Amino acid sequence: MAADVTVTEPASPATPPTPPRHGRGEKSPRRVGLSQTLSRWDVKVSPYLYISPFFVLFAITGLFPLLYTGWISLRNWTLIGGDAGPAGFDNFTAVFQQDEFWLSLRNTFMIFLLSSVPQMVVAIILAALLHQNIRAKTFWRMGVLVPYIVAPVAVGMIFSQLFSDQYGVVNELLNAVGLPSVGWHKDTFAAWSAIATMVNFRWTGYNTLIFLAAMQAVPQDLYEAAVLDGAGRVRQFFSITLPQIRATLIFVIITSTIGGLQIFDEPRVFDVTGTGGPSHQWETTTMYLWNLGWGPQQNMGRAAAVAWILFVVIVLIGIVNYLISSRISSGETRQKKGRGSRRRRTPIAADMKGDLL
Amino acid sequence: MLTHLRPSRPRRRALAVGAGVATLALALTACSSGSSGSSDAKTQDPNEKITLTVATFNNFGYTQDLLDEYTKAHPNVTIKQTIAATSDDAKNNFTTKLAAGGAGLADVQAVDVDWMPIVLQYENKFTDLTDDSLKDRWLQWKTAQATAPDGKLLGYGTDIGPEAICYRQDLFAKYGLPSDPDKVAELLGGADSTWDKYFSVGEDFVQKSGGKVAWYDSSEGTYQAMVGQIANPYEESTGTPKDLATNQTIKDLFTKVATESKDKGLSAHNQEWSDDWSKSFQNDAFATMACPPWMTGSIEDNAGGVKGWNVANVFPGGGGNWGGSFLVVPAAGKHTAAAKEFAAWLTAPDQQVGAFKEAGNYPSQVDAEVSDTVSSSTNDFFNNAPVGKIFADRAKAVTVTPFKGQNYFTINKAVTDALVAYDVQGKGTVDSNWNAAVDAYKALGLG
Repeated sequence: MAADVTVTEPASPATPPTPPRHGRGEKSPRRVGLSQTLSRWDVKVSPYLYISPFFVLFAITGLFPLLYTGWISLRNWTLIGGDAGPAGFDNFTAVFQQDEFWLSLRNTFMIFLLSSVPQMVVAIILAALLHQNIRAKTFWRMGVLVPYIVAPVAVGMIFSQLFSDQYGVVNELLNAVGLPSVGWHKDTFAAWSAIATMVNFRWTGYNTLIFLAAMQAVPQDLYEAAVLDGAGRVRQFFSITLPQIRATLIFVIITSTIGGLQIFDEPRVFDVTGTGGPSHQWETTTMYLWNLGWGPQQNMGRAAAVAWILFVVIVLIGIVNYLISSRISSGETRQKKGRGSRRRRTPIAADMKGDLL
Repeated sequence: MLTHLRPSRPRRRALAVGAGVATLALALTACSSGSSGSSDAKTQDPNEKITLTVATFNNFGYTQDLLDEYTKAHPNVTIKQTIAATSDDAKNNFTTKLAAGGAGLADVQAVDVDWMPIVLQYENKFTDLTDDSLKDRWLQWKTAQATAPDGKLLGYGTDIGPEAICYRQDLFAKYGLPSDPDKVAELLGGADSTWDKYFSVGEDFVQKSGGKVAWYDSSEGTYQAMVGQIANPYEESTGTPKDLATNQTIKDLFTKVATESKDKGLSAHNQEWSDDWSKSFQNDAFATMACPPWMTGSIEDNAGGVKGWNVANVFPGGGGNWGGSFLVVPAAGKHTAAAKEFAAWLTAPDQQVGAFKEAGNYPSQVDAEVSDTVSSSTNDFFNNAPVGKIFADRAKAVTVTPFKGQNYFTINKAVTDALVAYDVQGKGTVDSNWNAAVDAYKALGLG
């Protein structure tokens, strides 16, 4: 991980001549036979062995369900009745022909945009504020995380009280200051905004803390130099803080993209039926999947097809994210070369980048 | 209780096997229901200690004392009850375990009438509960709801939901309508009450209130009550779905309810069970609603502190039933014969009278309904209305049992979604919303 970035020694420890390191191979030059074979094995096999639990678990809980879902998506499969013969790609074509599916994709993307963009902006601003020298730091830092530990369903219940069309608290406040009521469930855009608010309520604090951690790893000398050059706080923020936490920013964007495209809890508790509104105004793709498979239709075949389509969509967006992030990170390496020895300390930004790539 | 949370090891293994190799489990289930003769003999040994589980939801009124009575009479049987918080939770649990071949289901499972189509569709996964000695225990239409096309009885009825009209006596008086329950029943047409009459009185009321108070709570509730009086609303009795585009009865019904609710302003424009709907009880938003016995509890919860509710012994378009449950015995259970006996005991009139006292669930048993406890019961919140007598009359008035096949709820949802879009959300016209419902039906591909 981080080693990729900082370590500059040649990669193969099996060729001892150049650096005088305490490699195992040199320790007992007489017993070359078995011990060397073992150590070569150790070098070659152990890393895979150490990392294997993850892949074994992944194969059981990730890969198998994935492939099995793919199998189901090619069958006529009902929830209770089970397999009822092959369907070819009928499930996929049927899903693509449904307006409901395209509406659900639209809703997912709109709620994702309405939640992620303001969330990032607010989280960065909050993190910058928390990064200042303020009183009771820990209190404020823990405070922003409180919404995160509230169960999503509880959040949903609280917000559905706030966003009721006729007797909701928000509308009563609006009326109190002379503004007209907003049809939170009637108006599609208002519904997306209300759901995005729930998402933001829950995740802004969480992202704030990640950004804060990244900001704390930015070398202080950069700021000192900037102050000497006469840069104000705002200039420091845009010219030092933001570029330095860029890799963290990308990491958060990718995770929130994946999370945002799978949004389910908040829209599901947004109204009482939990099916996404009478005209599918806020039915997201995961809700559509659930309604198909576990709703009255109990059509697991089609639900599995939706699951795979969603998987492909997320992978595609992941690739776009990857391309953007690798472009940015290569830009950063160039920067680093230019600055030379001044940046010996590895900021968290580089660590994060190492994790991602 | 604790042992309950910890499934024994063999059962856990059975679950895993059931989930993994669903088809195999299906085959096993089929076998075990086929050879139930041997397991009968086994459980009929009165000395064998067995544990029966019963799974219910909300509040069935089955107290521990009641269950202990059964153990007293059958010392070898221990009863354990699991209670799901909502009917939806219970349904998800039920369908998921059924999908896994029945492993993990309780020996006796409570099933809402809304999900009885699943039981009827997969009847070979359930024990045939036919018992000639119990033939006349329930109201006939209740038994019909649990009878498979081939005549097998798959569920023993617990409670029913015969509908009356709950109304705001104070608002009736305030706007110059007769407010005494008998007078109200008469106003709505008495025994020959029709929906046309109900709507026309409503228009009169809304006019007198200056449009401030609506006539009923929601268009869905009203539509639901009306659909519940049609024998084959969306499907033929064979289960074949009717094409919604050419289903004139439903189209007329939809148009009627949509027009009355929105254009004539009879509904309070709320979606049933939404927060706005709950709060509308506190805001004098409407004056009447269709109410089965279990709804009286919801009204009391939502309208706490509001005085003036009463119940009129009348229902438009003849009787109607909304809700009610059954006990079924999954065939995958180990002690199906003992479970059947237990289910029969639980749904016997004496026990259901106890459940009525405990939870207010109106019994579906003929003898329980005429018992003193039930027939003389009154409800303080509803101005001491004689609900025992009223609901007995309402239950007798039910003549039609709508056929609900496996596609009933999908099609019904297409129509009620359109109704909500028009009445609650104010979208489009009656025609455009009907077309949306037809499109939603077509998208189902039932064809």
